[in-house]
Amino acid sequence: MKLINKKPASLVDKPMRYCPGCGHGIVHRLIAEIMDELDIRERTVGVAPVGCAVFADEYFNCDMIQGPHGRGPAIATGIKRSKPECIVFSYQGDGDLASIGMAETVHSAARSENITIIFINNAIYGMTGGQMAPTTLLGQTSTTCPAGRSVAVNGYPIKVCEMLAQLQGARYLERTAVSTAPGVIKTKKAIKKAFQNQIDCVGFSMVEVLSMCPTNWGMTPVQGARFVDEKMTPVYPLGVFRSPEK
Amino acid sequence: MAEKILMKGNEALAEGAVRAGCRFFAGYPITPQNEVPEYMSWRMPEVGGSFIQAESEVAAINMLYGASATGIRTMTSSSSPGISLKQEGISYCAGADLPIFFANVVRGGPGLGNIAAGQGDYFQSTRGGGHGDYYTIVMAPNCVEEMGNFPRRCYELAEKYRLPAMILADAILGQMMEPVEFDFEPVDPKTLKAPDWALGIAAGRERRIVRSYDLREGKLELLNLERMERYRKIQEKETLHENRQTDDAKLVVAAYGTSSRIAAGAVKMARDKGMKVGLFRPITLWPFPAKALAAIAEHVKNFLVVEMSMGQFVEDVRLAVCGTARVDLYARPAGVPSADEVFTEIEKVYQGIR
Repeated sequence: MKLINKKPASLVDKPMRYCPGCGHGIVHRLIAEIMDELDIRERTVGVAPVGCAVFADEYFNCDMIQGPHGRGPAIATGIKRSKPECIVFSYQGDGDLASIGMAETVHSAARSENITIIFINNAIYGMTGGQMAPTTLLGQTSTTCPAGRSVAVNGYPIKVCEMLAQLQGARYLERTAVSTAPGVIKTKKAIKKAFQNQIDCVGFSMVEVLSMCPTNWGMTPVQGARFVDEKMTPVYPLGVFRSPEK
Repeated sequence: MAEKILMKGNEALAEGAVRAGCRFFAGYPITPQNEVPEYMSWRMPEVGGSFIQAESEVAAINMLYGASATGIRTMTSSSSPGISLKQEGISYCAGADLPIFFANVVRGGPGLGNIAAGQGDYFQSTRGGGHGDYYTIVMAPNCVEEMGNFPRRCYELAEKYRLPAMILADAILGQMMEPVEFDFEPVDPKTLKAPDWALGIAAGRERRIVRSYDLREGKLELLNLERMERYRKIQEKETLHENRQTDDAKLVVAAYGTSSRIAAGAVKMARDKGMKVGLFRPITLWPFPAKALAAIAEHVKNFLVVEMSMGQFVEDVRLAVCGTARVDLYARPAGVPSADEVFTEIEKVYQGIR
């Protein structure tokens, strides 16, 4: 018998505690497959955020560090500068990366730190129970904007890729979505490039992944995937915003 | 004998850390400690280390969190408001048992305060400082030479017991120049044993995790109990202090850092006038040399605490003597007393002794 598929060696063999329809599990698996394919598991250090993915330190079968809310890029900077031979990635949600940790995001990009950031944008705070995120859409309800996000009270959602694209140090920025099978394949390609860039010492690379949070959106998993395609992508268009080739 | 070098306190602090094997520095400008990052900006590359001017104190301490997790000797420095900003990260380092080293070149507070010397950060330094249940090793130099020689001890204790260690200085110690003789040979980091918890190249070993949390029922308390035992050992074994003329004293002045130098001058003036006055100076503020102070209190029944704060350090003195002696306080919150002033206070207290 020929083995045609298996769990990546870079993923710990244990059940994940993410909700049904959540995108974290998909992206975790993609990162693990890429670590296997690039043969970097034994020299990779991952940074787990505060938020639902705080448990990422249990799931990735590589050295991991979990740190304060939003500080992933600073922690990754400290590791990479101390151990340049390591491959360092920071895994962050939208509250972590685009709200409390925005300064670290912007400045690590400005310095073009040779690190890889995986940014999961699901337009809501998951772990804390569905509060408004910096990326919550106008009109979208949350437990802290129950009538829907309004410009008058909450201002506008932040488009992180578009914003970082203004910085010379941001070498590679791409936005993808894991709401469809083709989207998952494209996401894998983008994340692989973000890791390959680090191996090639290209500099700051970030992939923003539009992802589902059916639990806090009050939807079924199927409705959640549809929400990404129908509501999120018009506001957050998919594509490459900066690339080292351009 | 090692050569004597005329150095500014902040530069001695930075050079002392480099000689002790520091190879990673991240910091943010704030007066009166700016000479530290300025010095490190050229000195780190010279010794093959990394220097980063961070976007904030918050980012700087988190860069340390990452760098020290790889097992190397790291440093950040700041002054009071900046140290407040770092406290969350320091708490994470304590929670993850990372042996970071940092210095607070204290200025007047609260708030933006001023840029002159103060001792208002005593509570913050000796009671953990950030959220949660933890302590930090705190060493209080009172001259430029000690600014240069204390970092090595901070690293050694931090690594032995796995907790953050700090130097509590102030604007005077940071800014003044004095001759420095380093009392140790420069440490080559390559000769230090790589810790068995350090992140990095994992070939041939199990993966490692550095984190400060455990959400499983009852597990966090077990971690804290283990940490508590380490803290107890530190308190038992690692205190440092200096007694001057306390044996025959009727009154002992207690002071640390800059205050202790001023107090030493006042004590000399008192002795010249025939008064039996001594000086107790804690060198480690945490662990506090409580036993040493209690031993003095067995025969000395009057203490005068001199501090450049409202009455923070005095609490530890009172705890140590535990009601067996009278403790007076001369407080100059964000003010620097002269030796004459302290002498006047000594006279007042001394005259009241029966």
